[in-house]
Amino acid sequence: MKKLLTGNEAIARGAWEAGVVVCTAYPGTPSTEITENAAKYPEMYAEWSPNEKVALEVGIGASMAGGRALVAMKHVGVNVAADPLFTVAYTGVNGGLVLVSADDPGMHSSQNEQDNRHFGRAAKIPVIEPSDSQEAKDFVKLAFQLSEEFDTPVMLRITTRVAHSQSLVSLEERQEIGLKPYEKNPSKYVMMPANARRRHVLVEDRLAKLKAYAETSPLNRIEWRDTKIGVITNGVTYQYVKEVLKNASILKLGMTFPLPENLIREFAQKVDKLYVIEELEPFIEDQVKAWGIQALGKDIFPVIGELLPEVIAEKMATETDGNSPTEAKKQIEAAPGATQEIPVRPPVLCPGCPHRGLFYVLNKLKVTVAGDIGCYTLGSLPPLSAMDSTICMGASIGNAMGMEKARGKEFARKLVAVIGDSTFIHSGITGLINTVYNKATTTTIILDNRTTGMTGHQDNPATGLTLKGEPIQEVDLVLLAKAVGVQRVAVIDPFDLKETEQVIKEELAAEEPSVIIAKRKCALIEKNKDTTPYFVLEDACIGCMRCMKLGCPCIIKEGNKVRINPTQCVGCELCAKVCTSGAIQKGEQSNG
Amino acid sequence: MAENMNVLIVGVGGQGTILASRVLSGVIQKIGLDVKVSEIHGMAQRGGSVVTQVRYGKEVASPIIPKGQADIILAFEKLEALRWLPYLKEEGSILINDQRLDPMPVIMGTAQYPADALDIIRSRCRKVIVIDALKIALEAGNPKTVNVVLLGLLAKYLDIEKEIWLDVLKETVPAKFLEVNIKAFEAGFASTA
Repeated sequence: MKKLLTGNEAIARGAWEAGVVVCTAYPGTPSTEITENAAKYPEMYAEWSPNEKVALEVGIGASMAGGRALVAMKHVGVNVAADPLFTVAYTGVNGGLVLVSADDPGMHSSQNEQDNRHFGRAAKIPVIEPSDSQEAKDFVKLAFQLSEEFDTPVMLRITTRVAHSQSLVSLEERQEIGLKPYEKNPSKYVMMPANARRRHVLVEDRLAKLKAYAETSPLNRIEWRDTKIGVITNGVTYQYVKEVLKNASILKLGMTFPLPENLIREFAQKVDKLYVIEELEPFIEDQVKAWGIQALGKDIFPVIGELLPEVIAEKMATETDGNSPTEAKKQIEAAPGATQEIPVRPPVLCPGCPHRGLFYVLNKLKVTVAGDIGCYTLGSLPPLSAMDSTICMGASIGNAMGMEKARGKEFARKLVAVIGDSTFIHSGITGLINTVYNKATTTTIILDNRTTGMTGHQDNPATGLTLKGEPIQEVDLVLLAKAVGVQRVAVIDPFDLKETEQVIKEELAAEEPSVIIAKRKCALIEKNKDTTPYFVLEDACIGCMRCMKLGCPCIIKEGNKVRINPTQCVGCELCAKVCTSGAIQKGEQSNG
Repeated sequence: MAENMNVLIVGVGGQGTILASRVLSGVIQKIGLDVKVSEIHGMAQRGGSVVTQVRYGKEVASPIIPKGQADIILAFEKLEALRWLPYLKEEGSILINDQRLDPMPVIMGTAQYPADALDIIRSRCRKVIVIDALKIALEAGNPKTVNVVLLGLLAKYLDIEKEIWLDVLKETVPAKFLEVNIKAFEAGFASTA
């Protein structure tokens, strides 16, 4: 039976079919749905871990104990998990261990576009790259075999287009492989120097064996067509190349580390001109060139952004003559393009978003805001414009503290760190401990919207539910802040603008660290609310445009007054609260 | 079918483009063709510009439609129709919902919404169909079925039996909303001559 699955669904299915017993992850686009789908199979334990490092550590534990484990994260999550990763590369596995790294070329939903194949090479573990959903499922299963056969964790590297594209997949049944015996083996699993030195020798030996395996692996294959042009490619780019360069011979690499030197040499010798077409970094290309093989790659293709079919067509049209890319280029040129500037449509905080109230106040107070990763990063966009920095998960608190240490306590009187509930638990808590320990006076605002919003509403240790929906004792953020030594902890409703402003002012003035928890449920999950829309009494509106400072997508400027779009408005009342002339009223009114 | 068909569904996050692509891909599976669908999740969904690409035929490689190769663009909003125009084939059709949703730069007054968006599109494309899907959805009984009205419109321009569409719609939408959705689909299907 064939089923239309996203790459992420296919990976979860592959893990299930491979007899995996433990799946762990921290949510992050484009990886989130892997573990959401894994949780639907009752045979597999699945969890949201507090962060990627913990997720990998749990996965390693499951593997040591003899079970197969799948650990999934977005590319930047691997940075967080890098510490255990580089050492589990030494210990190897008992039950198979597969780490899914979901990279995001083009940064559809990310803060950078790092190419995580580099991690595979740096950690000396195999990197496998599927090009569609069928391969995603098949490669996961093969990855578990390789992991156990070569005693190594395996990285399955996907990109957004593989993760989120759907294609047809043949389904198979689950293979119940059971647990491998657990045996105490400190020389393998206790990585103190004497043991680690011995393991490093085995790592190098393993790498040589993997290299030999790559030469004949079914993961790498040549598709011979015309030999004038030969292309080495990988991942979804293979699909683009196949379509744009219909006559070219292709060496498709399903395993991009370690690379098959002999296979590549053989392919290079038989084609007139060799190209390496890969998205982001010249990872394959650099190695090919280091072997002294002539090839064209990043000489013509960009290292930035997605390597879309039209980009390949455009670049290859000048390289070839009368070939399929030339046709594709003609089609691009013939398309009815728009010539004028089209206004961009950036994402915005949703109507009714609880973050809007807080950012409105922060903007009003003109404070410096060290920001973090989540929906609330959108608070940096105009008109709220209330965020000065966003680096990585959990960075806000450390960033704010560094600003204070560099510029002094006076600067801290106009400085806050803003961080979401899930992000705070992910890696903000250590930053908060640091503010207390090293005597900073930072004000930290935790935006507690009772969910992990941006990635599509996942539970976390502060929401009271697990991934499988079981109720648990939630983390008490107030007690947690107090326990690490913060004396001043306040809980506010960010839609109570007066209270919000007053509390922030007080905490900024205090010369000691403080925590403000801005608690209000995400508008998309709040079910018990009155959604009657608001409208503007035209005669009462004085055109002060104060409500426009909220950046609400429902409020539209019309002439020198405003109007509210009733189909989008969810009745959050925030605009009525900032209106000083009583022109914004609750209820239906035909917009005249 | 000699060549693969490429359908681009564009709109604004929250407009319900995903249901439309889910039904379309279900229909393709029923007629036994290869199909690939590509969507972007995450940040863009928060009221940003969204796009779903559906490709089908005997064998589909890339899940992405290259510029200039969409046979049909189904646009849930006018500005988005204009934005994705470069993806339309020279002889392709563009089906547009006559709805305007202002993006934040327009709301803020830092950019202008091209008031003549439809005229621009008409002057550059051979086949342009515009309907007021919200009005049709209201007439069909529920303003939330705008996406199904548009799906009905799309069905009219794809060479696949209507019965198959209705079968998939029945499998996709919850039973209690089925009747209003079928009405909306039929109204969309019948909305142009």
